[in-house]
Amino acid sequence: MKVKVDQEKCQGHNRCFVVASELFELDDYGYAHEVGDGTVPPGLEEKARLAVANCPERAIYIEED
Amino acid sequence: MTMEQKAPPKTRDWATDYDIFEQEYVRHPYPIWDELRENCPVAHTEHWGGSWMPTRYDDLFAIAQDFENFSSREILVAPIQPPPDAEASPFYGVRAPPISSDPPEHTWARKLLLPHFSIKAVSIYEEETRELANSLIDKFIDSGRADAAVDYAQQIPPRVIASMLGVPHEMADTFTGWVRNLLELGLTNPELRGPARMELLSFLNNQIMARREKPTDDLISRLLAAEVNSEPVSHIHLLGTCLLIVIAGIDTTWSSIGSALWHLAQHPDDRRMLIERPEIIQNAVEELLRAYSPVTMARVTNRDVEYGGCPMKENDRVLMNFPAANRDPAKFEEPDRVILDREFNPHIAFGVGIHRCAGSNLARMEMRLSIEEWLKRIPDFRLEDPSAVTWAGGQVRGPRNLPVVFP
Repeated sequence: MKVKVDQEKCQGHNRCFVVASELFELDDYGYAHEVGDGTVPPGLEEKARLAVANCPERAIYIEED
Repeated sequence: MTMEQKAPPKTRDWATDYDIFEQEYVRHPYPIWDELRENCPVAHTEHWGGSWMPTRYDDLFAIAQDFENFSSREILVAPIQPPPDAEASPFYGVRAPPISSDPPEHTWARKLLLPHFSIKAVSIYEEETRELANSLIDKFIDSGRADAAVDYAQQIPPRVIASMLGVPHEMADTFTGWVRNLLELGLTNPELRGPARMELLSFLNNQIMARREKPTDDLISRLLAAEVNSEPVSHIHLLGTCLLIVIAGIDTTWSSIGSALWHLAQHPDDRRMLIERPEIIQNAVEELLRAYSPVTMARVTNRDVEYGGCPMKENDRVLMNFPAANRDPAKFEEPDRVILDREFNPHIAFGVGIHRCAGSNLARMEMRLSIEEWLKRIPDFRLEDPSAVTWAGGQVRGPRNLPVVFP
């Protein structure tokens, strides 16, 4: 499973980072992007789904293997 | 269920004649929003210069994303007629970028501000905010009662903003007075608004001039040092951005802290949940923001546009009722129930789209610490007299008097 942030849609709400700081990082402006290539380590799948669900911009999506 | 949750008697046709300043709406808007969402999801009124008001989550989302058609050049709910001598004012043309900007100005004006309001940047003020909360509690804890709005919620945001701007904390009450006269009492009363705007701008102008002479490490100095396309930012722009920081950072957060304490005063189970499970505080802050969203901003149409079957004309106002969106049952399960550990909560209390509140991390930090410190010192409290609670409404909704007692 991979999690991705659509850079066109992210407005820096930072909800994903608060829910799953293991999976997302923020730039100096507060815009989020996925850590590395977005691979979700085992055990963090639920956090990835929560990040998707709580993004007000609908900017986060999951790519299933 | 509290008294506040009983449906009030129907006094007007809200779909065609709403008035967001009416006491019924200010005190208890939830059944009105429910009725509108169900029967007329984009309402209209002729009051206060006329406006449209969407109440469904998906409509608010769609309009907020459509900045081509819906401009932010005017963000106030009621149009303000400038005084006849406006052009003679030394501050003629000062706006409040980026909240009052559209792209392309909006893009760089927002970038100028965002680094100073990141999670990391606002964390610098955490310790000070905790100390502030405790020093306020020290003043009333022995008396067994407090006005949780006046003595607590109202006191915190202006001091944090003063710290960020590098101005003395003694200015806090003056800031509060100016902001109330601008946005609360002054929204429908230009005689209060004009002088408050002038005094606040004069104050900020002097602060900016002083930092030009002698830079420090505060936010004003950092904004002065910033460059956009290798050029410093114009004085008038900077003055407007400082104005925004003051007017957007005070009564909004104060309203949210007050609403949170109003809720907790009436819900012992929720107090207990937060005390027993302190790790849910971030969820709780989001849920309180969802249920008691304070802010309604406006947009103005750039051209004739039909939305949701409504024929909007160029320059029509649209009230962005984010608070109503956050109680839309099509989006949230049991929207009228406050569930502090709610996990699915993509609320839009801070707006959505390019104008997402730039200060959202600061507001969240202040809410979180204010609630935590209050509950550590005052785990058990209740409203002294529910009928003594007063609310401000219109553009920013929250309790202004909130007498509570505690053992």
